[in-house]
Amino acid sequence: MSAVIENHHDDHDHGPAKGITRWLYTTNHKDIGTLYLWFSFAMFLIGGAMAMIIRAELFQPGMQIVEPEFYNQMITLHGLIMIFGGVMPAFVGLANWLVPMMIGAPDMALPRMNNLSFWILPFAFFILLSSLFMEGGAPNFGWTFYAPLSTTYAPPSVTFFIFSVHIMGASSIMGAINVVVTIMNMRAPGVTLMKMPLFVWSWLITAYLLIAVMPVLAGAVTMMLMDIHFGTSFFNAAGGGDPVLFQHIFWFFGHPEVYIMILPAFGIVSHIIETFSRKQLFGYSSMVWAMLSIAILSFVVWAHHMFTVGLPLAAEIFFMWATMLIAVPTGVKVFNWVATMFRGSLTFETPMLFAVAFVVLFTIGGLSGLMLAIVPADFQYHDTYFVVAHFHYVLVPGAIFSIMAAVYYWIPKWSGNMYDERLGKLHFWLSFIGVNVTFFPQHFIGLAGMPRRYPDYALIFADWNMVSSIGAFLFGFSQLLFLFIVIKTVMGGKKATDQVWEGAKGLEWTVASPAPYHTFSTPPKVD
Amino acid sequence: MKKEAKKTLIKLVVAVPLMFAFGFALVPLYDVFCEVTGINGKVFQSEYSEELVTDDGRTIAIQFISTNNENMPWTFKPSEQVMKIETGKYHGVTFYVKNTTDKKMTAQAVPSVAPSNAAAHLKKLECFCFEQQELMPGEEALLPVKLLVSNELPSNIKNIILSYTIFDITDYDDEVLAHNQMAME
Repeated sequence: MSAVIENHHDDHDHGPAKGITRWLYTTNHKDIGTLYLWFSFAMFLIGGAMAMIIRAELFQPGMQIVEPEFYNQMITLHGLIMIFGGVMPAFVGLANWLVPMMIGAPDMALPRMNNLSFWILPFAFFILLSSLFMEGGAPNFGWTFYAPLSTTYAPPSVTFFIFSVHIMGASSIMGAINVVVTIMNMRAPGVTLMKMPLFVWSWLITAYLLIAVMPVLAGAVTMMLMDIHFGTSFFNAAGGGDPVLFQHIFWFFGHPEVYIMILPAFGIVSHIIETFSRKQLFGYSSMVWAMLSIAILSFVVWAHHMFTVGLPLAAEIFFMWATMLIAVPTGVKVFNWVATMFRGSLTFETPMLFAVAFVVLFTIGGLSGLMLAIVPADFQYHDTYFVVAHFHYVLVPGAIFSIMAAVYYWIPKWSGNMYDERLGKLHFWLSFIGVNVTFFPQHFIGLAGMPRRYPDYALIFADWNMVSSIGAFLFGFSQLLFLFIVIKTVMGGKKATDQVWEGAKGLEWTVASPAPYHTFSTPPKVD
Repeated sequence: MKKEAKKTLIKLVVAVPLMFAFGFALVPLYDVFCEVTGINGKVFQSEYSEELVTDDGRTIAIQFISTNNENMPWTFKPSEQVMKIETGKYHGVTFYVKNTTDKKMTAQAVPSVAPSNAAAHLKKLECFCFEQQELMPGEEALLPVKLLVSNELPSNIKNIILSYTIFDITDYDDEVLAHNQMAME
């Protein structure tokens, strides 16, 4: 009997399998984390290439480079790929790498489902991207796929789009279930809920949001499928349905989705600011409560995306106040980050630069969100570039900067090598300047009345659009530098110590660098 | 896997189809919400009610708008653009339609009321929007609406707009029509 147990134990000590099957069959949380991160990087570059096409077309007024139909396909795919292929899988990848190591667990709770939830993703995006080569072209109705644009007037490829959204949804739900089961049941003894690192907390909340809203998205696309192919009229006014209903269902998913893309960023930035301030994080428990309240409030604000559809006054006022209420917990978080830095012995390595830029620029994005929450103002701003500027400020220097910060912060732990600090800083400054030159002028042209989603614009918007395009090219091509830095770090470089950063705290810094294939096979002792 | 972990897993796995069903439940919830509050301009058929009829009503203007959905070639217009009516009294109005094509066609009109908080006070005893219209080539018809605006209409509302959009539903199959009937009742 004991011999059997011994064998079993030996089994756990082997390293990764060799060759391609390592990646195909892997159930190791670190391998799957790596797969997710590389996949999201690939999608980030594809979605970014589409952004380059969009900005090239908008470089000058008039139609120069692409047909309007193709432009519509580009904005649709850019949005879908960046959200579902770029940001979300990147966060799932970080969760895979970090959550088990941070709570002292040997792996994710459901390793085989983990493999499945990753490996269906490439198929989803293969299907979505293949629609570019289909008759009638790719989906062209914007990433929000409002009916009837996405039903009555959709290109035939919309069915492939629906199928790919179903697969992405299934992947996200499985990933989220895995995270919750892991966090709720596999924490090392002593890691109580209120001692969990904030990244783990942020992901626990995010995972619950995903489980609550991804099925609603699946429901929305299923209704579209039925309207298109099975003669129902969920969203068809002629048949007794209502296109506004689509917007309600979509944004019931869509608004929590926005927080799904930012809560893990809050977790990451809290760790990085704490480390490079060499102080205890200010207000840990208020950080947790702030994230919980943001998550709960996210379910009662969805109609602020649709103030102009003709909501009754009472509803507009309710959604306006509920939206503004979210600024309170968000403000608590921003103040806590600033208070953590206050009188800290700060150093500004690349992760810290990205994290500080996150705090500043995310706050700008949050403030323009508050402006949009004001109903009468929103009637003016709705569907203008001001909205584009707002959500790109919270998603690019928000979510994406936090992902880049996380990569720089933890890549020494993942690869065992330090990244090139000089190149990292160069990448930061190019990105920082690029992102602001791209999106800040969009506030101006939005307030001046330039509508979003058009391939052409009035002459008065020409100058700022050119500035914005130049910024976009700078930001876009700087990301090739990021790719180079990551590859260079993985290939070699200065060896990282186990703790890596002087002020780093947490279980993941107690294991060797690079992290061994199996960590915490016996739970660590935490007091 | 530990027992507690299995419990968590089962709870989460059950939550997924529940939330999927919730997405679909939003459809009837939305209709019920609109019916109760009268928003979205949805007006449902109401029974004749003695209580609503009063003599101390006030005069308001009701404006009729007819719109053709993009592929609808019929002629469709109200017999009067604006009517002065008294609240608390039943009034009749007719809409003229003509099938201008050489094919037999079926149409469905979808109503909307503005301002939206007037919709709850607009009672329709009879409306052509509660059923489909089938017209032979060149056939014309007068479609009736019998309505009452309740005396409880907020006093700041002096003007109501009742608009109809007419859709071509000739190519819809019977299932859709059945679904229509259900939605309208």
